[in-house]
Amino acid sequence: MSLTQLHAPATVVERPKFPAWPELNNPAAWLVALILVIMPLIANGFFLIEIFGTSLILGIIALSLMFLAGYGGMVSLMQLTIAGFAGYMVAVFGVSGNANISLGWPWWLATPMALVLATIFGTLGGALAVRTEGIYTIMITLAIGAAFYYFTNQNWAIFNGHTGINTVATPQFWGVDWRSDIPFYYLILAVAALCYFAVQYVARAPFGLALQGVRDNSRRMAALGFNVNAHRVAAYAFASFIAGLGGVLQVWNYRQISPGSVGVERCIDILIIAVVGGITRPVGPFIGALIFVILRTFALDVLIKFGLDGNRFRLLIGLGFLAIVFWSSDGVIGLWERWRRRQTRTSSSTAGRRHG
Amino acid sequence: MLRGSVGLIALGSLLLSGAAVAQEKIKVGVTATLEGTYTVLGEDGIRGFQTALNTLGKKVGDKELEFVIASTDATPDSAVRAVRKLIEQDKVQILLSPLSGDEGIAVKNFAKSRPELTFVNAASGAQETTYVDPAPNFFRYNMDGAQWQVGLGKYAYDTKGYRKIATVGEDYSFIYTQVFGLVLEFCGAGGQVTNRQWVPLGTKDFASVIAALPDDVDAIYLGLGGADAVNFLNQYQQAGGKAHLMGGSIMIDQTILSSKGNAKNALIGTIAASGQADTWEDPGWQKFVKAYQDSFPPNKRFPSPSLLATNYYGSTMALILALREVNGDLSNNQAKLKDALAKIELDAPNGKIKLDSNRQAIGTNFVTEVVDDGKGALFSKVVKVIPNVNQTLGYDPAVFAKIGLPSRTIPECKKY
Repeated sequence: MSLTQLHAPATVVERPKFPAWPELNNPAAWLVALILVIMPLIANGFFLIEIFGTSLILGIIALSLMFLAGYGGMVSLMQLTIAGFAGYMVAVFGVSGNANISLGWPWWLATPMALVLATIFGTLGGALAVRTEGIYTIMITLAIGAAFYYFTNQNWAIFNGHTGINTVATPQFWGVDWRSDIPFYYLILAVAALCYFAVQYVARAPFGLALQGVRDNSRRMAALGFNVNAHRVAAYAFASFIAGLGGVLQVWNYRQISPGSVGVERCIDILIIAVVGGITRPVGPFIGALIFVILRTFALDVLIKFGLDGNRFRLLIGLGFLAIVFWSSDGVIGLWERWRRRQTRTSSSTAGRRHG
Repeated sequence: MLRGSVGLIALGSLLLSGAAVAQEKIKVGVTATLEGTYTVLGEDGIRGFQTALNTLGKKVGDKELEFVIASTDATPDSAVRAVRKLIEQDKVQILLSPLSGDEGIAVKNFAKSRPELTFVNAASGAQETTYVDPAPNFFRYNMDGAQWQVGLGKYAYDTKGYRKIATVGEDYSFIYTQVFGLVLEFCGAGGQVTNRQWVPLGTKDFASVIAALPDDVDAIYLGLGGADAVNFLNQYQQAGGKAHLMGGSIMIDQTILSSKGNAKNALIGTIAASGQADTWEDPGWQKFVKAYQDSFPPNKRFPSPSLLATNYYGSTMALILALREVNGDLSNNQAKLKDALAKIELDAPNGKIKLDSNRQAIGTNFVTEVVDDGKGALFSKVVKVIPNVNQTLGYDPAVFAKIGLPSRTIPECKKY
């Protein structure tokens, strides 16, 4: 948290002309971008979609939480619920195997509809949540998440209950099946990049700076004439749209959605992802998501490989997260930053370098 | 930093190990519910699967079978995720999956997107899986939930003299299918089902459910499983419940009858129906029970295999026998194997099994009653054996189609 506090005024003072993109000057960022773009040459179908694609999707959803928590100081546990809502809406308005529920709209109509509805849903939830602060925000958003889970689990008219909606159609246009591995990967990557830069941009735009001001001292901001609650609700609306994008990709990924996809533990997963990655920077959620997906996918195999009881794989996952949070309270990003700081201290040549 | 690089290397070796492919091996992916409410069921399913391997061996001609197990939690999305992981990462050619009802519907739909592979259902029992729009590469060697209830309604009405019952069930496809089978037969005989309560899978607090149970019924039917069933029984006993009980196939099962504590004693005398009966005299069944008991030390298994163990055993057996019949030939999109699977007639521990044109099992069903063996262990004692139960439950297919698909309110309580 302290980092952004220090950093925000610095940006304003040093570079007042236009919001800069620090990534452009960072060779590591270029390298990561290059690797992500040529990933289909390196990874096979499984790693491409199941690991990297899924990480990016979860990263997008966690990014919406990072935006709210990191810049707005509001920890919302309903981001996955909003994503799941968007996914359900794609299934309900679009084409699926449950013909008695799905309205059969083409994807280009169903997807914007789903995004609009998800944004409205998230904004309404946010409007409720901004009346509270701190732990009460967490509680009210968790309550919304839990209520939505139980509602989908028991509503058969729209959400098809525990069975959920199967065989959801995915978009096909320009002669491309956008759900086949490589096009889908690039689709996810493009959306993830869009969301990442959108969050970067908004964080430096006047709205984002005001939001950070609201986070740090809402009374003072109110005294300065800012409408504190309006800023917070707008932040929820923006975050909901991002979460909705993640949800649409998620339902295209699995072609299926059911209450298990929007369960309370999944909501907590998003929080874990954001915390493990670090909520001070937009890149944190993506790193957290990659760690999360790798642990979730391989923990069982690792245990069995070492001849241990495979049933205890949740323990391994828990230990992994514990280790990260133990060594760095602000996630992997924090570890990285501390390492960089030590580097700059030891090698005097790069003194005074700032990033972020 | 050292720590970090060690982690990276470990990660790298992990990524690489996934890519190693064996040659003269046939890879089979298995899923079971090793998480969540149905954990106990999944674990015993895996025991049944291992018993089958111990009995039949892993060799098919000169090829060796290799198995990869993945975990699910009874939700359809976890099943699809596990199956995709097995296919795409572990490169399995055949799936033995899944365990639970809604998982079955989702995996069947997924199977259509991979028509070249073969899916053998492990234990799931929702009707829709094979009845509605079945996948040509999905084979089910266990009966569905409705078939497993055949005989119970008539026995309750004729022998026990129950006239009015209420049901409590988990709110998902398998239990709908079970209640479907029960209601058809019980109401067909002249009985009444006055109240159907549905609780979400994974319910912990049954207070409101128990309070809402009607008093003016002869018996209460319980369609619960795993942790839900144990929780219900504990709370029902604390609430002083004394009604006659009837049980579904995973309610009156070793997964519940072997649970700790004495809440299960409320089940003594309960009538139920299932694809197996613990005390059946048949030599094939006794041999299976012996093989199961010999495969695991007593504290690592149930006294007698659960329905899940039996299902996993039967599915594994069907797969291995069919593979041997075609000598492990998986060429031409596994056409020969699929053919053999469709035709095979199993001499399973729980009776003869063959498949219908939807690749759904026609098998033997058992009406049972729970008894105490005198040493505190509970078993289901066979009351009646009903052979050749098909998916339309003996109804004419046209009539059966008119009843509708199992749901909270279907079928209506009347004679069809």
